[in-house]
Amino acid sequence: MLARTAENLYWLARYIERADFTARIIEVTARLAALPQNYRRSGGEWESALAAVGALNSFKASFSEATESNVVFFLTFDEANPSSIRRCLEQARINARTIRTALTAEMWQSINAGWLELKAMEEKRRGGEYSGADSIQPFLEFVKAVSLDFDGSSYRTMLRNDAYWFNRIGLYCERADNTARLMDVKYNVLLPKTEEVGGSLDYFQWTAILRAVSAQTAYHWVYRESVKPWLIADLLILRKEMPRSLAYCYDGLTRFLDSLGKAYGKQGLAQRHARNILRRIDSASMESIFQQGLHEFVTKFIEDNNRLGALIAEQYLHH
Amino acid sequence: MRIRIQYETVYTYATPPRSVIQVLRMTPRNHEGQHVIDWRLDIDANCILKASEDGFGNLVHTFTAMGPIPQLIVSAEGEVETFDTSGFVRNAIERFPPELYLRQSPLAIADERLKALATSMEGDSDHARLHALLDTLHEKLDFDTDPTHGVTTAARAYAAGAAVAADFAHIFIACAREMNVPARFVSGHIALPEDSGVRHAAHAWAEAYIPDYGWIGFDPALGKCPEESHVRVACALDHLGAAPVRGAQTGGDGEALDVRINVVDSQNQ
Amino acid sequence: MSKTRFFDEMNGYGETTRALYAGVADWLKKTPADILATRRAQAELMFRRIGITFAVYGGNDDTERLIPFDIIPRIVSQSEWSALEIGLVQRVNALNMFLSDIYGAREILKAGVLPPDIIYRNAYFRPEMAGRRVPHDVWVHIAGIDLVRTGEGEFFVLEDNARTPSGVSYMLENREVMMRLMPDLFSAYRIAPVDNYADALLAALRSVAPTAARGEPTVVLLTPGQYNSAYYEHSFLADRLGIELVEGHDLSVREEVVYMKTTQGPKRVDVIYRRVDDDWIDPLSFNPDSALGVPGLMNAYYAGNVTITNAVGTGVADDKAIYSYMPEIVKFYTGQEAKLGNVQTWRCREPDAYKYVREHLDELVVKEVNGSGGYGMLVGPHATRADIDEFAKRLDADPANYIAQPTLALSTCPAFVDDSIAPRHVDLRPFVLTGANGVHVVPGGLTRVAMRAGSLVVNSSQGGGTKDTWIIEDTNSNEGA
Repeated sequence: MLARTAENLYWLARYIERADFTARIIEVTARLAALPQNYRRSGGEWESALAAVGALNSFKASFSEATESNVVFFLTFDEANPSSIRRCLEQARINARTIRTALTAEMWQSINAGWLELKAMEEKRRGGEYSGADSIQPFLEFVKAVSLDFDGSSYRTMLRNDAYWFNRIGLYCERADNTARLMDVKYNVLLPKTEEVGGSLDYFQWTAILRAVSAQTAYHWVYRESVKPWLIADLLILRKEMPRSLAYCYDGLTRFLDSLGKAYGKQGLAQRHARNILRRIDSASMESIFQQGLHEFVTKFIEDNNRLGALIAEQYLHH
Repeated sequence: MRIRIQYETVYTYATPPRSVIQVLRMTPRNHEGQHVIDWRLDIDANCILKASEDGFGNLVHTFTAMGPIPQLIVSAEGEVETFDTSGFVRNAIERFPPELYLRQSPLAIADERLKALATSMEGDSDHARLHALLDTLHEKLDFDTDPTHGVTTAARAYAAGAAVAADFAHIFIACAREMNVPARFVSGHIALPEDSGVRHAAHAWAEAYIPDYGWIGFDPALGKCPEESHVRVACALDHLGAAPVRGAQTGGDGEALDVRINVVDSQNQ
Repeated sequence: MSKTRFFDEMNGYGETTRALYAGVADWLKKTPADILATRRAQAELMFRRIGITFAVYGGNDDTERLIPFDIIPRIVSQSEWSALEIGLVQRVNALNMFLSDIYGAREILKAGVLPPDIIYRNAYFRPEMAGRRVPHDVWVHIAGIDLVRTGEGEFFVLEDNARTPSGVSYMLENREVMMRLMPDLFSAYRIAPVDNYADALLAALRSVAPTAARGEPTVVLLTPGQYNSAYYEHSFLADRLGIELVEGHDLSVREEVVYMKTTQGPKRVDVIYRRVDDDWIDPLSFNPDSALGVPGLMNAYYAGNVTITNAVGTGVADDKAIYSYMPEIVKFYTGQEAKLGNVQTWRCREPDAYKYVREHLDELVVKEVNGSGGYGMLVGPHATRADIDEFAKRLDADPANYIAQPTLALSTCPAFVDDSIAPRHVDLRPFVLTGANGVHVVPGGLTRVAMRAGSLVVNSSQGGGTKDTWIIEDTNSNEGA
């Protein structure tokens, strides 16, 4: 397969996943920010939303104040923000257009239709719609639907060959990064000791995290008890049945990288690195992670995950 | 005159490229005014030099060096015996009739100013007008001998009032074609006396076709017709077709270039 | 029906419906305008969904547009087509012999058939290719020959496209969309299929692979990228052919062999179906600023390690000045009269012709010799006084750069425009494939239609649309009546 095609498939999946994650973050942040003052920690919800999507610095470069309307605009329609939902979908479509022959008709149509719809919404927004917090909701639903549609199309229509594996590798790399960032921003409310300190105040923070990864119901299925911060961390890091957990993502990454290795008859640094990360997750317990420090664990994970991206590029895309 | 030429180009890269590909036109061929005694090319990288001939009859070598390549040295070395032919170029390899050399080429297009220059040349024959052009360019333009300065278009160089040798040639060619005289670009070397003030010896000039005489060399940078000091290497419509090196690289960055040329009269040393 | 000035594909000169079109006429009579409008809207939606768009030069915000598609088909009878086919094969054979000669012995110049400067000073003549041979002496593997009709059985060649002719994807997609939207219409006719085009093209491309190619030759399609106006077509064809769609930076040259970068390392490439113009194909041989090309490609090509289709330097054959000599060229190489005629052409390089053109600018179509896509031309009868004066200045400055032709009585074909059916001028571009095993023409081609009333300019870049083109058996034509 053409190296550029693989690269585009990989990034295409990443952009779509990123758009989806950004939409979710906006959604939960809006909920948190709408709570009465005495249910909230200290304000600053919108800053942490920016931090969770890794856009705090670029935001500060163009806006002075992290108000809801500023942040929502920045993360949704802002053409100047390279990781806004708009730009993600645009990039996704550009990538898709470049490699149309490698996509199934369904995948292309989900992206193309999504992009055309976004352009229409953008027009309406210029006309005054989708400006307030309430009216942004249908837009966020739309973004999640595009992502669902694309992901579903890929899953249902692609041949199980290297094209599919690169697509999945992109998806899981991005998802692992997103989950890790979300925890990194909220790690202070996930520490066991904060149960005493924060008390019920933090309940809304915890459920917000679960909501961001669509895991409220999942949590109760897995743990059958009330929401506890370390269990959230457990769910998002170690639980393989949770499709956004680091363990699940790396389970997928090693599997798809192995498929590539087998098909090409050659294993490389990328395979070894992914397996190492998976082994570390597998052998960890929440106790050991808290001992090491959740923040440190997550930071190291983000670095390792980035390194995997670089190794994949080196091994398959830019040799 | 026996001329010994050592021509070395050293490329140094801050970030080594993954690969470098080059097309070289560095090998002279014989004609009445010169005889190549020996000649060799050398690349200090593990690669194969592939030889071929281009549409104009120039000898071409290409190679691809696989990296990472922190430094690359391309060198040409050899000895050529030359004879004074008063600028006439006879028995060179000719693949086209002179008419071809009336076509436009990107670096030698006459703009309004060059067209005006061409029409202002006086003389009772094309030959005379070309000599007038040769003298005018030599007088009017400063000869820029800094080897790091690149080639531009004829129109831009003329407007700037200063030109490297190749620019001189392009201006001459553009005007000659404007006079409906076939003209072409020649790249080569020149053996100049120590006190000439010209530091480098990679050189370029023009040739024009006059029906009764054939091809005649004109060196507007020096204001004269080529003599025994000139070694003719490649010819084409303009610099792009005769450049000693055309290359590309993948990856890598921060290229620094050092050209070392040594052209000497090997008999009188 | 009143008598018309132009021959109409459906109604002739307006007296009767031509037998070929009986089925279509019947369908149009039965189908109310709002249903036609719905069909058109559905077709547009299908094109938009599949992403059949093209980029417009100088387009401002919406850089991706649909080429208007007209739902009324254009029909040519099998007997008319057979005559055309013979003429097309002859013409393309002559073009290939001409190119072999021009880059080889130049017999045609020695024989004095063409003035030499028309070759030597032609911007599309590539001195680099002189003295080189190409596999099987095939230069133009894919030709698009633009034909116009002026009456019953009267077809003329308007233009030869020998560089990188485009539009074949529309020929294929138009048929696809028509069959999906109007199955009832298809049941009334037996129409020659076009969907074997991709197989025929791939076979032609493979047949010209270098002899050094081991096993199944690797063929790729080289595109300038997604911002090119024909990008959709590039990806469509790569898909249909089952070959990789590559950009310049996906390829590299090592020891005069071309490789593409794959996830499993470099893979040797044998045939490049390029949709990048000569000037941009190799920065080490042509435009040094090209980022679209492959450094060193030409050296691999010269060494015979890769075949480039169409060959480098074919542009000299589709130049409009050369066009005017095509009847002589066909005669010179085939020894026969050209079976497909040219449109009468005045070469402004010739003083008498120039004088005539200068005096009749308001009647003639004047074109730049190297122009394409409907740019740089004057359509006298439709131009304002100011347009003509402006154009005259350009003509006077460089007469040799222009040719002129009479304003042709281009045939019309009914088109569904706005809310009614009206005649619009059409042309026809058949695609002619040449491989090691000879010339092959897929029955049909692309019918281009000038969507504006009275307009003779069918180019998509100038607002032209397309139609499905049917070649049908003559006997069939009576059944629908």
